[in-house]
Amino acid sequence: MRLSKVKILLAAEVLCGEEYLDREVACAFGCDLLSDVLAFTPSNVLLLTGLVNNQVLRTAELIEAAGVVFVRGKRPAPEVVDLAKERGIPLLATDYMLYDSCGILYQHGLAGCKKE
Amino acid sequence: MVMNGKQHRQEFSVNFMDFIGAGQAASQIKLLLQKVGYDPLVIRRASIAAYELEMNLVIHGGGGALSVVIKPDKIELLAEDDGPGIADLDLAMQEGYSTAPLSVREMGFGAGMGLPNVKKNTDVIEMKSEVGKGTWIKAVIFTKNEV
Repeated sequence: MRLSKVKILLAAEVLCGEEYLDREVACAFGCDLLSDVLAFTPSNVLLLTGLVNNQVLRTAELIEAAGVVFVRGKRPAPEVVDLAKERGIPLLATDYMLYDSCGILYQHGLAGCKKE
Repeated sequence: MVMNGKQHRQEFSVNFMDFIGAGQAASQIKLLLQKVGYDPLVIRRASIAAYELEMNLVIHGGGGALSVVIKPDKIELLAEDDGPGIADLDLAMQEGYSTAPLSVREMGFGAGMGLPNVKKNTDVIEMKSEVGKGTWIKAVIFTKNEV
């Protein structure tokens, strides 16, 4: 699924990385535990999380995530958005809860990550 | 970057409870490995292990040093600190076991996956720790003479 479709389905605001919205994501992972993100996700994943600190971006950078969706109406600080711009990671923000966001994307064909 | 069969070592200083700077060392290590030209999967494994080791220094080690040593047939990651040490290494390696404070857990860490993640992403892990003195961890990824 392309990020542009994720944006529409989740009625999301694009915080940065508009130029990357044609990126295709392989699978999605919804989680507020960064170590689990590091443990269980392949590259090119779409990360959905309620965490908005800059470690989310570091994690996304290291696992080579295709993009990050902040859920529950949360917005990161401007420095976090700046780091994402620097690293080429698109950031989206939705008012949907984590469960609902994952459900909507799953219903439209975006699968979860398989445990290795 | 051409290695010519020699080893290359780079050390990064990691500060205690610095959640703004945390991850920078792992990020630099990732860039370095990309410059060397490793396979993306090797880079990913090394980056994740480096990040977990770095977070351990930030959260538990009282800060310390994270080094990467690139050898012709392997990548070594070294984490050294003069922190409180680990009383039970087997317990620390157990998934889900954590001594991280609540403030750290609220940031998405402290799930007890750090060292298990290092082990999962590397081929060999060696650990030495003494309570009150510090901890030394070496994690190795074999690279099949890539450089």
